[in-house]
Amino acid sequence: MSVTTPPALAGSGKQIQMVEAPEGLEGAGFFATSLEKVIGLARSYSLWPLPFATSCCGIEFMATMGSHYDISRFGSERPSFSPRQADLLMVMGTIAKKMAPVVKQVYEQMAEPRWVLSMGACACSGGIFDSYSVLQGIDRIIPVDVYVPGCPPRPEQVLDGLMQVQELARNESLRRRNSPEYQALLASYNIK
Amino acid sequence: MTNEHLLTTLRARFGDDAFTDVEEPHGLLTLTFQRELTLELMHFLKEGELGFTFLTTMCGINYPNNLNRELGMIYHLHNLVTNTRIRLKTFFPVLDPVMPTLTNLWATANWMEREAYDFFGITFTGHPNLIRILNVEDMDYFPMRREYPLEDQTREDKTDSFFGR
Amino acid sequence: MDHLISGPSGPEHTERRVQPAQEPLPLFSAAGPGAPLQLRDELNNELTTLNLGPTHPATHGIFQNILKMDGERIISGVPTIGYIHRAFEKIAEHRPFYQITPLTDRMNYCSSPINNMGWHLTVEKLLGITVPKRAQYMRVIVMELARICDHLICNSILGVDTGAFTGFLYVFQEREKVYEIFEEICGSRLTTNMGRVGGMERDFTPVALDKLRTWVKEFPTVMREFETMFNRNRIFMDRTEGVGPISAERALNYGFTGPNLRAAGVDYDVRVMNPYSSYQDFEFDIPVGTTGDTYDRFMVRQEEIWQSLRIINQALENLPEGPFHADAPHYYLPPKQAVYRNMEALIYHFKIIMGEIEAPVGEVYHSVEGGNGELGFYLISDGGRTPYRLHFRRPCFIYYQAYSEMVVGQSLSDAIVTLSSLNVIAGELDG
Repeated sequence: MSVTTPPALAGSGKQIQMVEAPEGLEGAGFFATSLEKVIGLARSYSLWPLPFATSCCGIEFMATMGSHYDISRFGSERPSFSPRQADLLMVMGTIAKKMAPVVKQVYEQMAEPRWVLSMGACACSGGIFDSYSVLQGIDRIIPVDVYVPGCPPRPEQVLDGLMQVQELARNESLRRRNSPEYQALLASYNIK
Repeated sequence: MTNEHLLTTLRARFGDDAFTDVEEPHGLLTLTFQRELTLELMHFLKEGELGFTFLTTMCGINYPNNLNRELGMIYHLHNLVTNTRIRLKTFFPVLDPVMPTLTNLWATANWMEREAYDFFGITFTGHPNLIRILNVEDMDYFPMRREYPLEDQTREDKTDSFFGR
Repeated sequence: MDHLISGPSGPEHTERRVQPAQEPLPLFSAAGPGAPLQLRDELNNELTTLNLGPTHPATHGIFQNILKMDGERIISGVPTIGYIHRAFEKIAEHRPFYQITPLTDRMNYCSSPINNMGWHLTVEKLLGITVPKRAQYMRVIVMELARICDHLICNSILGVDTGAFTGFLYVFQEREKVYEIFEEICGSRLTTNMGRVGGMERDFTPVALDKLRTWVKEFPTVMREFETMFNRNRIFMDRTEGVGPISAERALNYGFTGPNLRAAGVDYDVRVMNPYSSYQDFEFDIPVGTTGDTYDRFMVRQEEIWQSLRIINQALENLPEGPFHADAPHYYLPPKQAVYRNMEALIYHFKIIMGEIEAPVGEVYHSVEGGNGELGFYLISDGGRTPYRLHFRRPCFIYYQAYSEMVVGQSLSDAIVTLSSLNVIAGELDG
């Protein structure tokens, strides 16, 4: 994305960042590009998160949702607590072994395409809790797309992680979720 | 209410040799009593003139090297009117980890005893629902006992050489 | 509450409608866990089993409640906790004193400085270290700031649960400003790891004092706005008055402390009963409720915010000059400038962090007034690097037991509001 000023505002001194249109054929009143690019663009700007907040990182997520850091600028306006209606599972906080089946069930209930963002050291790798009751990282039970380290990560880091998920969503092939590699990945986690 | 007054009242009621290891670390009277006295002692402390109506906390403890006194329970009581606290300890063998429940005196003892059961394996006779509270239900050992390690032993990605073990 | 009993109308159901469930059914089946699910009560009404949690937008933190309901009314509930059990007590047996401070942060993470200071006070009691006055006043300021943050979260989320989202947004902006103050003092926003054994790690910088004074001047306006939105709001009062009450006797029997107990009418505050860190120098009131219902809990917290602000003002005005830490080189980490230049300071730093310090054999119980009540630390030291046993008296764990009793006979939406008003923090609940 480059910083350009649209012609209507030229000379006003405003620097507006325009989203670049994907490659395609342009003409008078039409624009032709591949479906993948359009859908990727649309998906990336409307990722509805499922805030799976368990501990301290949940409070930092609440700060990210608040008006100072404002996650809804990125399209995540509606945090959905129902997995059926969410795109992005954000696991925030320590996952104990007692909670692990719940996380897996919630992940299985989400519809494709779904992404997972693991926020905080505890979700990425168990964090400072190297004990018998804590799952050492959620990637032992579900596939993770983006890891956001920190204890807790600053809201800016969370937004950076979200932007990386947006990047993934934008560039994802429409066939990826049915491809044999992806099926093998899910099979390695025993997810149907 | 001074600690001497407390001690004399208790000794008058239960006998001079009912309490061993009488100490006052940082001003808090600490007594060790025999497990058989538990219900009577707690009832006397709560309902009697001493007025310890508030059970602050209770916790288990494991001293694996004390023969026949490996497990213990430690109670902290508080008299909110005179602002006096008291700490009571009792020890019993690990092969007989049974204590009477205090849920009839204090409703708060319910979960505290479940926690002691979960962590140390101390069973409380008369408890309405003695099952694990914090750990997974099918756990087959009592993790806070000193013989068990802290970390999960099934990890294969942690190389001991990096951690100095 | 007869109008809350739902059910199909019709003559064959009229009898059921005018005979609400009498005694609350026993919470636990006499047959023990694993007994078959009871689907009908003794009047042969069909009961619904509702699983609330562990992932639920209204349970702030993860804990589960399996509710048996007769239509909209709750008959009984069985809570299950432990979904975020991180084994703090076991970890603490393997960590030297300074490495336990980050653990205490993560118990009640909405007000971590209070946990940190409570832990440092416990260790200082064990080691017999006296903290200078300036450090004590600094600690009071950060503890009261943390208390305000905790109460703000609880009350605004209570508003969100009744459907009013705006209060949350207004109040979180104030929390952001307090986060900036915490960053100036210790470097971190939420899990602060603040303070040292013997005092604070650095003096308040001029920037920190400046931000504090500005915040203290600007916060009352926002708080009054928040109060205007909620305190005498007709809808909010209808949602919260008479909901989830508990009597003072029952609350004391359940071991309640903190705002939940004070809402029931008992004025027990650890800051007044066993003052620590110079709290006896400050003048403040203890707000007390009458019925112990949700509205009382909300109002007690609102009023406590004002009292905490009063304490912060007094502490800022009377902040004494002097050192910000005790002269205890064996326990207080040396300043970084010395560590990088001076061999002796480097050695002390290394030894203290690795725990090769002399701890006396002994036991100590110290409690502070946390955001939720009496937060106690029972430390048994055997002279080694790490504590022999460290037991946390966690107020959330103790008063959440009463939840099943408080919601009997209420409707489901009332149960959600009660849960929210109790301020159950999962990190402290499971520990």
